Amino acid sequence: MSATTVVTVSWRRQARDPYFIAGISIYLAFLLIAVFADQIAPNAPKDILFLDNGSLANALPPSAQFPLGTTTSGCDIFSQLVHGSQSALIVGISAAFVVVSVGTLVGLLAGYFGGFVDAALMRIADIALGIPLLPFVIVLAAFLGPTTWNVVLAMSLLLWPNSARIIRAQVLSLRERAYIEAARTAGSGHFRILFHHIAPNILPLALLFGSIAIGWAILTEASVSFLGFADPDTTTWGFMLQDAYVSQALSRGLYNWFVPPGICIVLMVSAGFFISRSYEQFLFPRLRD
Amino acid sequence: MSLKALLQRLGQTVFILWVVTTLLFFLFRLMPGSPLAAYIDPTMTADQQAILLHQFGLDQPLWKQYVLYLMNMARGSLGVSFIYKEPVGGILLAALPNTLLLTLTSLLIAYAFGTLTGALLAARRGTWLETVTLPAILATRALPEFWLGMVLLAVFSFSMGLLPAGGATSPGASFPSAFARYTSLDYLRHLMLPALTLAIFLQGLPTLLMRSNMLEVMQEEFVVMSRIKGLSEWSIIMRHAARNALLPVATALALGIGSSIGGNVVIESVFSWPGLGRRLVEAVSGSDYPLAQGAFLMIAAAQIVMNCVADVVYSTLDPRVGRR
Repeated sequence: MSATTVVTVSWRRQARDPYFIAGISIYLAFLLIAVFADQIAPNAPKDILFLDNGSLANALPPSAQFPLGTTTSGCDIFSQLVHGSQSALIVGISAAFVVVSVGTLVGLLAGYFGGFVDAALMRIADIALGIPLLPFVIVLAAFLGPTTWNVVLAMSLLLWPNSARIIRAQVLSLRERAYIEAARTAGSGHFRILFHHIAPNILPLALLFGSIAIGWAILTEASVSFLGFADPDTTTWGFMLQDAYVSQALSRGLYNWFVPPGICIVLMVSAGFFISRSYEQFLFPRLRD
Repeated sequence: MSLKALLQRLGQTVFILWVVTTLLFFLFRLMPGSPLAAYIDPTMTADQQAILLHQFGLDQPLWKQYVLYLMNMARGSLGVSFIYKEPVGGILLAALPNTLLLTLTSLLIAYAFGTLTGALLAARRGTWLETVTLPAILATRALPEFWLGMVLLAVFSFSMGLLPAGGATSPGASFPSAFARYTSLDYLRHLMLPALTLAIFLQGLPTLLMRSNMLEVMQEEFVVMSRIKGLSEWSIIMRHAARNALLPVATALALGIGSSIGGNVVIESVFSWPGLGRRLVEAVSGSDYPLAQGAFLMIAAAQIVMNCVADVVYSTLDPRVGRR
């Protein structure tokens, strides 16, 4: 089966799965919101707003002018929420892409070549799995500077082993198949066998990990922002929650401030889980019975 | 697990501990600014600085510093905190029981709930119960734990005033002994919300794992055999299938202890819970490098050791793994 057939078959099967439809719809909705953020959001996310009578528009309840109210320092919560979708998508997709690319490459090489290459790569994976994720991201963000890309870098350094291990196991069984033997006999080189014959069969598994990894990345980024190690130039949902927490939104009962960002994170992360779940049922049909 | 395999796994654990410790050494030296900043509090007197400089060998070449660093780590001498002006080791040892109690309580609740719910969901496969519960459980796995904590805190502490809003004991509370402190009603009341938050976040994994294992085990021949024998459905599920489905859940629990200790960082921050994670965040934001380094190392060590325990537990419970 070539890569395109695998993808088409899975697409037809999945287009009817409610989990899949829910996941994809959520992603598409956030994608549209992120692309048209400037049109949707009435204000810039960190602008301090004033009312017509000249007083600071702080801690206002939801109204027609401010659909979700304002923060204690006078920012429009709805506008922050809309802009937050941009950074969530950027962090989620870029981290997932790096994590899965590295994981797939390592899994392919370790599984295919075996021996020393395998042993060395898997020992490195063991080390990465031994390092606690969130503390590492915090320490690295504090040392290298709290930018979005450093958070993505720290996540990429630690999250790849999970996908690498599973993909390696898959490659181990694939490389013994008759068609690989045939390709080898026909004189195909390692490179051709790896990337032309084995990699396409790994693709669905890599995509499965990708949809889970987007969720991990968004959750991790939110936690890091909440702890106060976020990029000060961007507005993320994690930053909004931290802002609310330190501004005593909890004791003042400003639910309109700290509930919406959390719901957005849950929606975005569950979308990834829903897609991966429906995908998993296609890849491992045994689980369906 | 054979003795040889066990020793091999232990050796590997020590190796990983050493690599992580070494990485940390270089990470803290790659830091912007002088390496002295990592150990010397800028507010110390010149004499104090000189003593510490010598104690950590910062006047020596890099390789000697590294050897000294390893020796200090092995002896548990982690330096002096800038914020607390106390030895890091003592601060961390005081924080450790709080983190362990929080982690173990929530894991216990999560895994007791998860295995029962998972078994129930497997037995009720294809019913309305599954249609409603499964997406809900998937959604709890997508909850940012700190946000869940914030919502529970706002509802139960601030709006309803039922539970304390943070910390591990009431301000001014004193206890005759450490044991009395950890078993006091006051401590328990403070523990409830963070433990509940963490438990809600953690239960998804055992529930889903138990459910899929049960579905798999229920297909096996010995279950069919029990049916033929005419055993009740309850007895088949609880006494025969569930026992076999528990194996991977036990491994996940051991792994969970390790990773939760590191993951608790956010929960401890939301509830101002005086554990390791809270100390780490405090230290990193306050540029308290000795405390940050010590806290990180302790959290990493917990995770590495528990990874090893998980492997040993798994291959002891399921001897097929060792023989492969």
